[in-house]
Amino acid sequence: MIRFENVGLRYGLGPEVLRDLSFRIDRRSFQFLTGPSGAGKTSLLRMLFLSLKPTRGLISMFDLDTAALTKDDRATMRRRIGIVFQDFRLLDHLTTYENVALPLRVLGQDETGYRAEVIELLQWVGLGERIAALPPVLSGGEKQRAAIARAVIARPELLLADEPTGNVDPNLGQRLLRLFVELNKSGTSVVIATHDIALMDEYDARRLVLHEGRLHVYD
Amino acid sequence: MSTIEPVMTTTEPRDAHSHEPARVLKQQILTPIVPGGSIAGRSLMAVVAIMTFLAALTAGAVTMAVGSANDWQSAISREVTIQVRPASGHDIDADTRAAVAVARATTGIADVRAYTKEESEQLVEPWLGSGLDLSELPIPRMIVVKLVPGAAVDFAALRATLAAQVPTASLDDHRGWIDRMRDMAETAVIGGIAILVLVIIVTVLSVTFATRGAMATNRPIVEVLHYVGATDGFIASQFQRHFLFLGLKGGAIGGGIALMFFGILEALNRWLSGTAGGQEAGILFGSLSVSVGGYLAILGLIVLMAAVTALTSGRTVNQTLKSIE
Repeated sequence: MIRFENVGLRYGLGPEVLRDLSFRIDRRSFQFLTGPSGAGKTSLLRMLFLSLKPTRGLISMFDLDTAALTKDDRATMRRRIGIVFQDFRLLDHLTTYENVALPLRVLGQDETGYRAEVIELLQWVGLGERIAALPPVLSGGEKQRAAIARAVIARPELLLADEPTGNVDPNLGQRLLRLFVELNKSGTSVVIATHDIALMDEYDARRLVLHEGRLHVYD
Repeated sequence: MSTIEPVMTTTEPRDAHSHEPARVLKQQILTPIVPGGSIAGRSLMAVVAIMTFLAALTAGAVTMAVGSANDWQSAISREVTIQVRPASGHDIDADTRAAVAVARATTGIADVRAYTKEESEQLVEPWLGSGLDLSELPIPRMIVVKLVPGAAVDFAALRATLAAQVPTASLDDHRGWIDRMRDMAETAVIGGIAILVLVIIVTVLSVTFATRGAMATNRPIVEVLHYVGATDGFIASQFQRHFLFLGLKGGAIGGGIALMFFGILEALNRWLSGTAGGQEAGILFGSLSVSVGGYLAILGLIVLMAAVTALTSGRTVNQTLKSIE
């Protein structure tokens, strides 16, 4: 589904922060992306999410060379990818329901058509009672779940999560991991960027380890 | 999703907040993606309101000036004046009667009325004062000649006949006044258009800066929209709708205040019309009321300013989106 070949990344004229990355992400696969702070996990996630272009190498996503994509093509491709940011990136003036429904609204779908589905998903992630609440009044865990619900509402083929347990207690972290595992079982490929060893020990999955700009894959 | 059991459950009973899902289920209108009440948005609305007010004030003043000039012009051009000067060896009464006869014999003349000696003396009384014996003064006699509306009177022939038959008479067809009126009206229109163009240029510049400010404020929204797969076209349409609404609101406020201003001016004019001061103001400034065309022009300006705001902000939004990867 996704293929990186000899991908390198540098910011401006600085040194390469990521070097010779070659790996694949298969359909229905589950992997942790880990490494020390500053190893480049977020940069790699941003390349996977098409918001950062590599300075060299080839990235192929859904059988298309990403270097050849126009801006609108990238927007269309992002609809096949869901992302959960460490800082959630919810829109404070929209309700939880509207935030979660945003990807469907962007697709131009009619609100009456997706309303039941969004409410069902919100109930599934435990936010059934917080539908009309605005993000500023949600707790960290609730925001995290709303961000996850927004990332999966359009049934993406790939889910990227950047430190999804960074702002929550271990108990909630485990519950979020169960959520990702169940999403994976329903057919979504999952990449979780984390440096939480305890979280990774909870679930036996492929590990992509970034160290000094290089990627080591442990299947 | 329905085949998977919920992985999260809330600790609170659902009944405690059961009104919330129900409220969303009934919800028909979604919150706009671009929030309406930002400081940058209010600044933009204020700019558009002020500019529309100034533009509407200019348009109203121009239509008022043109209307007054047209009133004067049509009143003046409906009549001409023959002046009979006293001269030695000439009987002014006989000359006046002869000039009246010449005027009546001309085609296109509706009515001819000669001022009597007393009426002519009354005309100079405001300058010389009352109670004086003006009988010894050589006061010319005025003949007011009213024209048939729309008739083409041959003033050259009338002037020539008067010169031949009544050498002391001269014809004034008010051409000089009419030309000056036309020049004044044209100058007012050109000045008004120049001010409108300047106002529109200032609006475009202000809206550009205000839109950039609004886009900078809303950059996190643009980024999130990009992340959820929105194309630039979708994002631009959201912002253009937002700015068109702001422009219409600002235009309606500015234009509405201008309409109220002219309405009050017209009411004041009617209220003062019976007084001496009001009559003098009427002579100086005309009717002090905006015509129906003027009010329509102000309504048109509201739409124009909203359109200028939408187009300018649309262009700025597209430029900003191009710069965001």
